[in-house]
This record gives sequence, structure tokens and C-alpha cells, in this order.
Amino acid sequence: MKLNKGSLFALFAVLELAGNGDRQLSTTDIAGKYGISTHHLAKVMRNLVHSGLVQAVRGVGGGYRFAGNVSRTTLLDVIQLFEKLESELDMPNQGNPACEPIVAELRSITGEIDDLTKAILDTITLETALKSTRLRTEAAASVAAGTPS
Amino acid sequence: MDSREGSSLLSLPIMVLKYHMATKDPILIRNAVPTDLDAIIEIDDVGPKEEKPAYWRGIFSHYGSGEKKERIFLVAETGGEIVGFIAGEVRAWEFGSAPCGWCFALAVSPKMRGAGIAKRMFDEIRRRLKGAGVTTVRTMVDRNNKVTLSFFRSQGLRSGRYIELEREID
Ligand SMILES: CC(C)(COP(=O)(O)OP(=O)(O)OC[C@H]1O[C@@H](n2cnc3c(N)ncnc32)[C@H](O)[C@@H]1OP(=O)(O)O)[C@@H](O)C(=O)NCCC(=O)NCCS
Repeated sequence: MKLNKGSLFALFAVLELAGNGDRQLSTTDIAGKYGISTHHLAKVMRNLVHSGLVQAVRGVGGGYRFAGNVSRTTLLDVIQLFEKLESELDMPNQGNPACEPIVAELRSITGEIDDLTKAILDTITLETALKSTRLRTEAAASVAAGTPS
Repeated sequence: MDSREGSSLLSLPIMVLKYHMATKDPILIRNAVPTDLDAIIEIDDVGPKEEKPAYWRGIFSHYGSGEKKERIFLVAETGGEIVGFIAGEVRAWEFGSAPCGWCFALAVSPKMRGAGIAKRMFDEIRRRLKGAGVTTVRTMVDRNNKVTLSFFRSQGLRSGRYIELEREID
């Protein structure tokens, strides 16, 4: 599986905003923190606003605020705004009958993989992802401090 | 009382866990007893209802006594009503796996969902499984059962080492 930049940037932004529901952050704030392109992130934010996951707050000190449900919105809900997570076969000779049985078999196998991908990404809520991320950060911090937990 | 010591029906480990927002009644997590079976069957909405009494009676006789610490069958009760159940056990060397805790049934009554009841029951079964000497808990969920999968993931479970495979027998 390859997640494209749009999905990845969206997940950075959504997790950052959802991690603290009251906080408003600008595109520059988020792009600065994660070291990503402000220009690309701005496009991603427009898409997130359009989907209703994020709200734009106008005026001085404006920015973006998380507007979804942190314990119901899943990683797949975010990713699907930017790409379709389905395996593709890069078929050069479309329609050649000799390919058909093998292609059919490969499609059924990639279908199996796609089903699992979906069953994973669509059952990890933002809250669950944030919780694991925090545990990871804490574990890394305690290793760095020389006090492994 | 330490509920990890195999408890008899007369010395049920009862824990007051949380006050439900609506009823303000405490939620108790305790060993299942025979009179809970009707309520359990009512809450269990997977599969054909008519086969359920025999199934749950069998489960109860195997897991319900509370005498073996590696077999666990708990219910959640509030205001005198059963609102959820969870069952599990320690299984050893199946599929070549070292002893491991399995959670094989979990449900909360629809009107009581979202109040943290499953989490409390799962915390308790984890505590008991640990008391029975295992360090891993495992479960199996239909891939389309998004709610139950999300619940277990919220409790930190991830895909395990084993892959389930199956086919029709013709
Ligand atoms: C899965 C089940 C046991 C959860 O019970 P519950 O008491 O509502 O769960 P909890 O309140 O303890 O939830 C704990 C966490 O699980 C996750 N969770 C629970 N319900 C969820 C849902 N509908 N969607 C996403 N995550 C959910 C959340 O992270 C939740 O934490 P939060 O309350 O802070 O958001 C319950 O929904 C149930 O009995 N489902 C049966 C479904 C079933 O098998 N149906 C038949 C087959 S299709």
C-alpha cells in the first residue's frame, strides 16, 4: 500500500487538530510543525473543510478547528477523501483473452488484500490512533531519558 | 476480596465501576449466574435466536461456575438489569500457540452502548486472564463488524501473529 501525500498531510492535520478539539491552527502552523509544504497543505485543508471534518475559523487569529467526531471518524474516512485504496493491476494489453484467467485470479487475491486493508483502516478511529501515537511518543521520550518503562 | 482466587457463586467478586449517566445506578461487573441466561440470550443478537438457549446453557455449564480461574464468564448489571456480557478463557497449544487468553463473546445491550460498559468488562477479563497466568489476549471478529472491531482496537488490540483461513467443504 502506498499512501499519497494528500492523505498523509490530511492525517497530520486532522490528528493535530483532533488531538486538541478547542485549538485553532493555521496552515502555516501545521506545515511548520511537520515540515511540509504550506502550499500543498492549503489544498488539503480546503478538501477537509469541504468534507466537514475541519472548520475554517475566520478573522484575526483564525485558522482551522476539528469539526468531526474523534471517536467515530476513522483513518479510512480521512484517506478516502484523497484516494481510493484499491489495488490496481497495471495491465498493458487490455482485453487479451490469454490474460483473463490469471487476471481474474489476481483480482480475487488483491480483493482479499483490499478487504483486509479496509477492515484495518476503517476500524481505527482518530481517538485510537491518537492514543497509540501518544504512547509511542512517551515510550520514545523515556528511552531518550534513559528510563525505559 | 481478590477475585483472582477462584471464586464460588457465593463469593462473587462484585465491583462498583461507574455510575451510568442516565440511571445513576452503579454498574456491577460480576460472574454470570444461571438466572442471567435469559437476559444474555436477549442481548446476544448474532445468529438464530432459537439455537441460543442450548448454546448459552452449554457455555454456562462450561464457563459459568467461576471455579476455574482460566474460564471466565462475566455480566454487567445495573439497576437489577443485565446489560452486557463477556466470556473468555485461557487456551494452550492450539495452533501451536503458547497459552493465551481468548475473549470469545462480548455484547452490550443496544440502549446502554457508548457508556463504557464493554471497556469495564474487558478491563476485568484482562485482569482475570493475567491472574490466570497469561500475558496476551486474543479475539476473532467478523471483518464487517465495524463496531466490535473498533472497540477492540480502542483497547489496543492489533492484528496478531495468526491468520485465519477457511474454505467451503464440498
Ligand atoms: C462492541 C460493543 C460491545 C461495545 O460496547 P460499549 O459498551 O458501547 O463500548 P464502550 O462504551 O465501552 O466503548 C469503548 C470504546 O470503544 C470504541 N467504540 C465503541 N463503540 C464504537 C462505535 N460504534 N464506533 C467506533 N468506536 C466505538 C470507542 O473508542 C469507545 O471509547 P469512547 O466511548 O471513549 O468513544 C457493543 O457495541 C456491542 O455489543 N456490539 C455488538 C455488535 C454486534 O456484534 N452486532 C451483531 C453483529 S453485526
